Amino acid sequence: MATDAGADAGLTAADDARKVQAALPHAVLDILENGNDAWLVVDRSSIQETLQYLRDEPSLAYRFFYECLGVDYLDPGTGSPILGKAHRFEVVYNLLSIHDPRSQMGSGRRLFVKVPVPADDPVVPTVTGIFPGAAFPEREIYDMFGIRFDGHPDLRRLLMPDDWIGHPQRKDYPLGGERVQFPNGTYGPSVGEKVVQHPGEGFFGRTADEIE
Amino acid sequence: MSVLSRLPFGKPRPERNAALVSQGIEIDPVDESTLVINMGPQHPSTHGVLRLVLELDGEVIVRVTPHIGYVHTGIEKEGEFQQYVKAVTITDRMDYVSAHINNLAFSLSVERLLGVEPPPRGRYLRVLLSEIQRMASHLVWLGTHALDIGAMTVFFYAFREREKLLDLTEMLSGVRLMPSWIIPGGLRGDVPDGFFERCKAILDEFPRRVDEYETLLDQNPIWRERTQGIGVISAEECFGLGVSGPTLRASGVAYDVRKASPYSGFEEFSFGVPTGEFGDVNDRYRVRMAELRQSREIAKQAIERMPDGPTNVDDLKVVPPARAELDRSMEAVIHHFKLWTHGITPPAGEAYVPVESPKGELGFYVVSDGSNYPWRMHLRAPSFMNLQALSRMCEGRLVADVVAIIGSIDIVLGEIDR
Amino acid sequence: MTIPNISFGPFDLVAVAPYVALGLMLATVLLAVPVLTWFERVTLGLIHDRLGPNRVGPRGLLQPIADGIKLFFKEDILPSNVDRRIFYLAPAISMMPPLVAAALIPLGDFRVDMGGGQTRPLTLVAADINVGILWVLGLASLQVYGLILGGWSSNNKYSLLGALRSSAQAISYELALSLGVLMAVLMSHSMSLVQIVQSQTGGIMHWNILGLFPFGLVAAGVYAIAAVAETNRAPFDLPEAESELVAGYQTEYSSMKFAIFFMSEYAAVVIGSCVAVVLWLGGWDPIHPVLGFIPGPLWFAGKVLLLIFAFVWVRSTLPRFRYDQLMRFGWMRLLPVALVALMLAAAMSAYRTDPSAGSRIPPKPEKPKPLMGGTQSL
Repeated sequence: MATDAGADAGLTAADDARKVQAALPHAVLDILENGNDAWLVVDRSSIQETLQYLRDEPSLAYRFFYECLGVDYLDPGTGSPILGKAHRFEVVYNLLSIHDPRSQMGSGRRLFVKVPVPADDPVVPTVTGIFPGAAFPEREIYDMFGIRFDGHPDLRRLLMPDDWIGHPQRKDYPLGGERVQFPNGTYGPSVGEKVVQHPGEGFFGRTADEIE
Repeated sequence: MSVLSRLPFGKPRPERNAALVSQGIEIDPVDESTLVINMGPQHPSTHGVLRLVLELDGEVIVRVTPHIGYVHTGIEKEGEFQQYVKAVTITDRMDYVSAHINNLAFSLSVERLLGVEPPPRGRYLRVLLSEIQRMASHLVWLGTHALDIGAMTVFFYAFREREKLLDLTEMLSGVRLMPSWIIPGGLRGDVPDGFFERCKAILDEFPRRVDEYETLLDQNPIWRERTQGIGVISAEECFGLGVSGPTLRASGVAYDVRKASPYSGFEEFSFGVPTGEFGDVNDRYRVRMAELRQSREIAKQAIERMPDGPTNVDDLKVVPPARAELDRSMEAVIHHFKLWTHGITPPAGEAYVPVESPKGELGFYVVSDGSNYPWRMHLRAPSFMNLQALSRMCEGRLVADVVAIIGSIDIVLGEIDR
Repeated sequence: MTIPNISFGPFDLVAVAPYVALGLMLATVLLAVPVLTWFERVTLGLIHDRLGPNRVGPRGLLQPIADGIKLFFKEDILPSNVDRRIFYLAPAISMMPPLVAAALIPLGDFRVDMGGGQTRPLTLVAADINVGILWVLGLASLQVYGLILGGWSSNNKYSLLGALRSSAQAISYELALSLGVLMAVLMSHSMSLVQIVQSQTGGIMHWNILGLFPFGLVAAGVYAIAAVAETNRAPFDLPEAESELVAGYQTEYSSMKFAIFFMSEYAAVVIGSCVAVVLWLGGWDPIHPVLGFIPGPLWFAGKVLLLIFAFVWVRSTLPRFRYDQLMRFGWMRLLPVALVALMLAAAMSAYRTDPSAGSRIPPKPEKPKPLMGGTQSL
């Protein structure tokens, strides 16, 4: 990835990651590299501290918050995470050290910060206090993966209806699976094996409460 | 204007509220001095099915709460059940007014995983298509934005031009909106005969048309009054909120992915990054109008310097062999069969390649587990992040400004809800 | 223009003329709605570089009839919790003023050949009231009640905001409208619509728009802007601003109740244009006396059509004002301009008028005595 020319043009995102590791050795678990991209794996209890450092340290100045996203590594067939991972979920923060010609801050490099999240306690501290733009993505991750963000000001479902049950982008949640009954008593094809009740949908005019 | 809220809108139902409270359901306390208006999801100017809950004091906005998800179709989940090339088809449906650029972003991410890059002609064609698409998308924005503010005629003029640009896509792929023409490894095919000539004719006429829109809007005092100083957002706020694209550039930051981290050979083209000064609706309008001209310049350069040669990578594990090969080579038949049944299999890893979409920075975060299906396909949707700035921009403005601001940040709900 | 006197049984043409005028005007105002919707759509199509209606009938001429039939047979939805009586009354209230105002519009001036070399003047007008223009202004302010009540009774917040906007807009722009009208009164020395037109006889140089130059032009401009605002047309269509308030005061209206609101808007456009022609463009007066062979009513209709075209043109060209800008424009720009122009014009008029020369008004024509009924001034 080409970067803006500057005094530190030779550096890569991995160098920045190592800088963070030197400053916050207790927070950084690992550094992954692939070409010019670098991933900084951070313990979830230190994510706020790390992002704060990345944003406020003048030589790094990762001030542009792109997004954060969730990944579920569970293999529903075997019931354990794929690729030999020890944890089921990961939250990936996508940051850019945006180059600002006015203050000469920022290197134009991009860094991904990864937070492993275990399945039995899917809680991550929120970063909305550092980057207000995390509000929507964190709500989306909560909606889709059920990872709760501790301290989020308004942690509600974002895309799914408020009374939806389950978190659709988890790997053990089937793609389809809505039972559609035909007049002759048979059921329509569902893509997944499992059938999921959708209490939000008032089949036959019934509401969520009545179905339960 | 507390009079407004005391009007008999619906009967108060204290017994129902008491029942809800006894079940532990919280009821938002009603602020007596404000009027709550539900704008959307069926509203003429929310550009799809955005729903905004406006809290008004008279006509002044106290708070805006966006509610999204009305066209959530689970595209990210769906993508995990499609082979890589087939997943391109559903990326069209995200930002449905700039499909080529969505295809390009996904293809680039998959190519990063595969470690391949198309030959020069493929890259130039991608640049040409994405710039044509950017012009078409900006024309939709221009038309609807002007229509929201009440300038009706610009809408029809802009859509007339857009139709011509979409005709190019139709000439190429047979469809106007959902071409799926850019795929991992290159393109589905080379352009048909006469494509460049037709392109050139449209591009030559284009600056005159842009002048026409600007005459209709810029020189109109009502338009200037409706847009200047409205919806101001600073660059610092944009950074924190993740606001990118023309909205960020209007706030004075010359950040364009095509310049900052060039993809698909954009480093070989000469173009400028227009920026605004105040970060208001008018600046965003000016930046996009300048981009219309820039895109046309880039497209012209791409046609003039279009290299000859193949458009796709020379790797039979990624791109199927030519039809003629199938008659001669057994190996080609095997590859063809494998590609259309099993698909491509990138190595395990994660990739994110940003591109500059008309709305902002767009990129697919693709996680591969080494199989022929993407393990995770996440879209970094520019509209999704830009929408967060809406509440910030609208506070203290009037209802009419909300409409102007929604138009100026150019959101597409298909991309927000995915 | 002299026309022969035709007798209808016991009545002659002079007696029948007011009823003819009334019938003509009512028919014009009511029929104007379908014709104008077609006219507007075709004109907009021309301006937008698209076809416009061309499916129903030749050149889409039957399109308004199809639309009318559709609206007539649509379900008349009565939302819950509306104030039912006011909800039904509101469209009627907004339709009434333009219909009543139609009675005052003079369409033409003839001389009737009474036989034996005698002729009598005959003005084609239903009611020539000596304070006619005040009556029209009063009716114009009545019309806004329909909008306010419709918006209020709909039990819809968008409607309410639209109604509030329309009331504020009507109050602000009525002042400018009245000041514009006063200028015409100043120039014509009369409040009767017939006499205002008669005072402008003699070709374009005698029309009020060029009178007391340039103040006539300024006042006509003020009147035009205020009239567009009074009729709630673009760019002052805030009470029904589609992109903001869905449809404003008429959001909850459907079927014929909606159609009546729709008709009242177009009727108001017609009446507004008619009054503008009477006040500024010399009514039925030909552009030059040479062209006097063309009947007066045709001149009148042509001028009105021209103004309606201007309404449509403005709609397709200008973006919509914002609420606060509209108020600021009305109070801070339009009103001072109108006031200053009026005062300067009054001074100019006083300076120019030679007291010995008497007034500019032609001597009052002798009033024919109708055989039946009466349409005399009050």
